[in-house]
Amino acid sequence: MKSLAELAAIRDKMRDKIVLREGGDGIRVVVGMATCGIAAGARPVLNAFVEGVDKEGLNDKVIVSQTGCIGICQYEPVVEVTVPGQEKVTYVKMTAEKVEKVLKEHIKGGKVVMEYTFANAQKA
Amino acid sequence: MKELSMNVLDIAKNSVKARATLIGIRIEETEEVLTLTITDNGCGMKNEMLRSVIDPFCTTRTTRKVGMGIPLLKLAAEQTGGEVRITSRHEEEYPDTHGTEVVATFYKKHIDFTPMGDIISSVTTLIQGSPEIDFTFLHVTDQFCVSLDTRELRGILGEEIPLGEPEIIRWIAQYLNEQYQN
Repeated sequence: MKSLAELAAIRDKMRDKIVLREGGDGIRVVVGMATCGIAAGARPVLNAFVEGVDKEGLNDKVIVSQTGCIGICQYEPVVEVTVPGQEKVTYVKMTAEKVEKVLKEHIKGGKVVMEYTFANAQKA
Repeated sequence: MKELSMNVLDIAKNSVKARATLIGIRIEETEEVLTLTITDNGCGMKNEMLRSVIDPFCTTRTTRKVGMGIPLLKLAAEQTGGEVRITSRHEEEYPDTHGTEVVATFYKKHIDFTPMGDIISSVTTLIQGSPEIDFTFLHVTDQFCVSLDTRELRGILGEEIPLGEPEIIRWIAQYLNEQYQN
């Protein structure tokens, strides 16, 4: 059974690491979580990013956050990925499965997954 | 919405927008009825606003002029024979006791009752998105009672570890999951 004592142990382990995370030069992942996003399935997408980043040991390099409606509701769930020094990439109609590929190829590998982008969806 | 827990997430986000510092989510179930109560100490609404929030063409969003949060909750409740009641005290009139309470009732045996779905993930999503806000969560049925109070967690973590850190979110998810298992 999880106990609050266990949380205290996690706190002690994290104390040193947390200072490093406050620098704002990491990769940013922003998930749209307004009514439109939630209804379209943004919650599992957000979770897949939070869990995936954690599992890959990227917590110091990637910040996952939430925002409201971006204005393209028909393309939800929408995720924006910003790598410092590069243009923002907007991914549309995301799923937890697609998150895996974005994590691997874009966030770890530095290569945009073109097929999931807004630019690509508009062409179709 | 495919799951009631998605409505919970969506409605609680209104409380975040209302600058609440404490948001309470309570789910009480009997064999027949599920009652969902979301309370906050946010800015509250004036009567005029309160009357219009059930209208989809009422919204605080700026990207367009429709808001579907409350109408979707109302639909989910009413299609089971239940209802949504909202009471609110605006900060101008009630400087010390302002806030909003949304109570939705659902008849669980109705064929159009939406299943709860992944409520744990809605709770962790709220905390991850607004780690500075405190949340209380209570889910009571005949069989179990699951609860969480982020003020208690904050007391242990202290100032330096924000609640939204992935390690903490993971712990909260496991903590709630174990309560549901037992």
